[in-house]
Amino acid sequence: MDFGFTIAAYAVAAVLFILSLGGLSGQESAKRAVWYGIAGMALAVTATLIGPGSGLWLLSLILIAAGALVGHQLATRVQMTQMPELVAIMHSLVGLAAVFVGFNADLMINATEALRGTATPEALKELSAFGQLVAKKTPVEIGILRVELVLGIWIGAVTFTGSVIAYAKLAGRDSLLPVEIDTSAKQLPGGHMLNAAAAAASLILAIMYLGGSGTFALVLLTLLGLFIGYHLIMGIGGADMPVVVSMLNSYSGWAAAAIGFSLGNDLLIVVGALVGSSGAILSYIMCKAMNRSFVSVILGGFGGAKGEQMAVEGEQVAIDADGVATALNEADSIIIIPGYGMAVAQAQTAVAELVKKLRAKGKEVRFAIHPVAGRLPGHMNVLLAEAKVPYDIVLEMDEINEDFPETDVAIVIGSNDIVNPAAQDDPNSPIAGMPVLECWKAKQVFVSKRGQGTGYSGIENPLFFKDNTRMFYGDAKASLDTLLPKID
Amino acid sequence: MKIGTPKEVFAGENRVAMTPESAGFLQKLGHDCLIEAGAGAAAGFSDTQYTDAGVMVVKNAAALWKEADIVAKVRQPEPAEMKKLREGQTLISFFNPAGNETGMEAAKKVGATVIAMEMVPRISRAQKMDALSSMANIAGYRAVIEAGNNFGRFFTGQVTAAGKVPPAKVLVVGAGVAGLAAIGTSTSLGAITYAFDVRPEVAEQVESMGAEFVFLDFEEEQQDGASTGGYASVQSDEFREAQLAKFRELAPEVDVVITTALIPNREAPELWTRDMVEAMKPGSVIVDLAAEKGGNCKLTVMDQKIVTDNGVTIIGYTDFPSRMGAQASSLYANNIRHMLADLTPEKDGVINHDMEDDVIRGATVTHEKEITWPPPPPKVAAIAAQPAKEKPKELTPEEIRANEVAAFKKETKTQVTLLAVGAALVLGLGAIPGMPASFMQHFIVFILSVFIGFQVIWNVAHSLHTPLMAVTNAISSIIILGALIQIGSSSVLITILAALGVFMAAVNIFGGFLVTRRMLAMFQKS
Repeated sequence: MDFGFTIAAYAVAAVLFILSLGGLSGQESAKRAVWYGIAGMALAVTATLIGPGSGLWLLSLILIAAGALVGHQLATRVQMTQMPELVAIMHSLVGLAAVFVGFNADLMINATEALRGTATPEALKELSAFGQLVAKKTPVEIGILRVELVLGIWIGAVTFTGSVIAYAKLAGRDSLLPVEIDTSAKQLPGGHMLNAAAAAASLILAIMYLGGSGTFALVLLTLLGLFIGYHLIMGIGGADMPVVVSMLNSYSGWAAAAIGFSLGNDLLIVVGALVGSSGAILSYIMCKAMNRSFVSVILGGFGGAKGEQMAVEGEQVAIDADGVATALNEADSIIIIPGYGMAVAQAQTAVAELVKKLRAKGKEVRFAIHPVAGRLPGHMNVLLAEAKVPYDIVLEMDEINEDFPETDVAIVIGSNDIVNPAAQDDPNSPIAGMPVLECWKAKQVFVSKRGQGTGYSGIENPLFFKDNTRMFYGDAKASLDTLLPKID
Repeated sequence: MKIGTPKEVFAGENRVAMTPESAGFLQKLGHDCLIEAGAGAAAGFSDTQYTDAGVMVVKNAAALWKEADIVAKVRQPEPAEMKKLREGQTLISFFNPAGNETGMEAAKKVGATVIAMEMVPRISRAQKMDALSSMANIAGYRAVIEAGNNFGRFFTGQVTAAGKVPPAKVLVVGAGVAGLAAIGTSTSLGAITYAFDVRPEVAEQVESMGAEFVFLDFEEEQQDGASTGGYASVQSDEFREAQLAKFRELAPEVDVVITTALIPNREAPELWTRDMVEAMKPGSVIVDLAAEKGGNCKLTVMDQKIVTDNGVTIIGYTDFPSRMGAQASSLYANNIRHMLADLTPEKDGVINHDMEDDVIRGATVTHEKEITWPPPPPKVAAIAAQPAKEKPKELTPEEIRANEVAAFKKETKTQVTLLAVGAALVLGLGAIPGMPASFMQHFIVFILSVFIGFQVIWNVAHSLHTPLMAVTNAISSIIILGALIQIGSSSVLITILAALGVFMAAVNIFGGFLVTRRMLAMFQKS
């Protein structure tokens, strides 16, 4: 096939990819959008396989089939609650692939360099299509090529280790890694200075490589990239993982774009840039929802809180399933606020069952979803959808926050920081200014919680001490299961 | 101290400010109690009952006023009674200080202390001595009873062997204490009850009493009852129009109208106009609790019951509490004894007139030859203020325009700045000498793609952020193209690395898309 045909196929694929991202604006159109993405990918791969320059396509097909098998297994076996981990670990694959492709480009450059002086046109023909492409380049172009692949390899390396660590942090005990990674923010002595030093060393190595010091510098550079990815994500607490995952998503896109430049492949550039910018914007949206600056999330830990935090007075009053059931039977309007605890306890089906029962009695039951509830943006929506909760009773924070004063009962299931009134009341609180769900304005609040511990950010929650709050201790699923038969 | 209660001199007044029961409590505070002979007769308390309760019965008013240190009575004192007031004496009574300049002057002149029961501030602590509320409660109840007395039908709906009886429809205008009491009485008699008030925040109270709140189709800055001490205030003309229109709509339907709308120190607002009365069915009843201040219906004749030409009965009595003398007396006497309990903090029979106390200060209108009315606002806010609503300020068209222009200018400025910086960067890159054209071509593609990604992602629904990540993750495995191009190389190392790349990217493609499909398939409408 002609080169022209491949380019044309790429153009169509690029349009399909754009449509597939744009289609995610609504639940219904999203279902169609995925098919656009799949079609685009199929077209791109097919066009590349039959296009000029690819050899060994039988091997390629076998490898793709094997990959499909593994991918299918992963995607169908995974629990919906483990979605964040899956997305994180898959990013690492893209990062690693980018590193490999980058190295290949370097090897090819070296090979053509060696041939350049002596080779006859016949010898050049022996090279693959990519080799021919490289061989045709002028020295300036080769220089730019090297800049691009250095970028691609470095970002790919950071993405790879970063994603692996993010996966380990999200999976916690269930992580498949041989070593257990602490979910809290941990850094080696030196902290950010170490990161900065590694980045500076990377820059020096990159300059050395461009100066012609060879593959050796590139290997060192990769190792440094791997270290930065590891150390950067280790320093970020589990609570910020949603931002981290979308940030890594963005990185994998930029790596692909950089590789696209070095391979002279426009589709790689287009898609890489799409993924890169979308990930960046998503991170930005989430940071805004948490009222945090992007930089402070990336640098890890909470910054900027000064002065004493307000002491919390009062005590947490516990309640048993009977008490909750009575209140629910009497209530007319109920708002449920799910959080990560619901995901951990796999309680979404029990919650859905409860909602079904309450709605059957003519009560108004709605869900209030905080933008950063869970460990991924939209995490709660996905879980509730899995449990067959209709999405039109699942509302966003801004849609529902004003309704709390007219609500009889608010049930907090496994969320903590997103319902912390300290964000509004205590200017010294680390989460001060973060928008929160004002559930304490409801007439009664029940908090389903495992124990008296603090939330992911480790701050005390004055909500639990309020007069209208009752603590419903225990594993969310077990608690709901005892509660369910009591609702009549 | 000696606390004395004279017989009310106002014709037809049945109440009395001391009951045998309240006298018992007063004695526990260390006071002695006196009562004029026959003072309680109209309310059903005989002199013997008083004597049994340890109250000294004094034979006439003159002797009582002379004997008592504190005189407790119900009605605003007559000029003749004011003359009997002497220096150092305390009078506890309704006093109407706003309309009783001469009374205050007289009390000031002789040096008597006057505590006006209607001036008790509306704070939680003072509720037990809030005589206005306890009297209004009775008035509200009695208004319904009077209405029922003059209404020739049942209140409750019944289906009997002799035919079906529709329930009466009652409209209560003004959901203050009297209005709420009327609503409660009316619903418990079985009538369908509607209620209206200018303060929308009382809708909840109205509904809690079992009535239906009549909402107006009207948007205005709703007044906050808390700022006016829980009383209604004057309304705007537009609001009044909307309100009257609603009433006109209701008039032909309702059988009983009870109006209780009073604004402190003003003539009662006209709410039930002549045409509404004419629109009502014959046999309907209007009870105007505002008759004393001119009436909410202008046809009302104070202290009388009239029947209009179309057969509507309008009751303008002003003595509803007095008509329930026994009940009103015991409640009022309790208010008085709570007031005295506050005045006798040590329970030793010694009055400590503490002008620092919000309640006592508020109710005192003359003290130590000074007129102390009107009082300063109480230190404790009467009612918790409504949470400050973010009121969208009414902007004039010019202001809106100006805001739009300003916002537009700001947006333009940010966009132009961003564009300028971006363009400068791109141009700077292109200006580097020797930049090959092939790179710049790819670069254009790159910039455009970043821009498209930027535009597209803002529209993605929040709940779809997880699918978005899964999809972008799947798409980012487009890196497979690079690996596919390289796999055919003659170098073994390159082929191996490329093969690994193909494999990993393939895992990602299939895993990513499948997971997204799985997630999206779960979203469903109810």
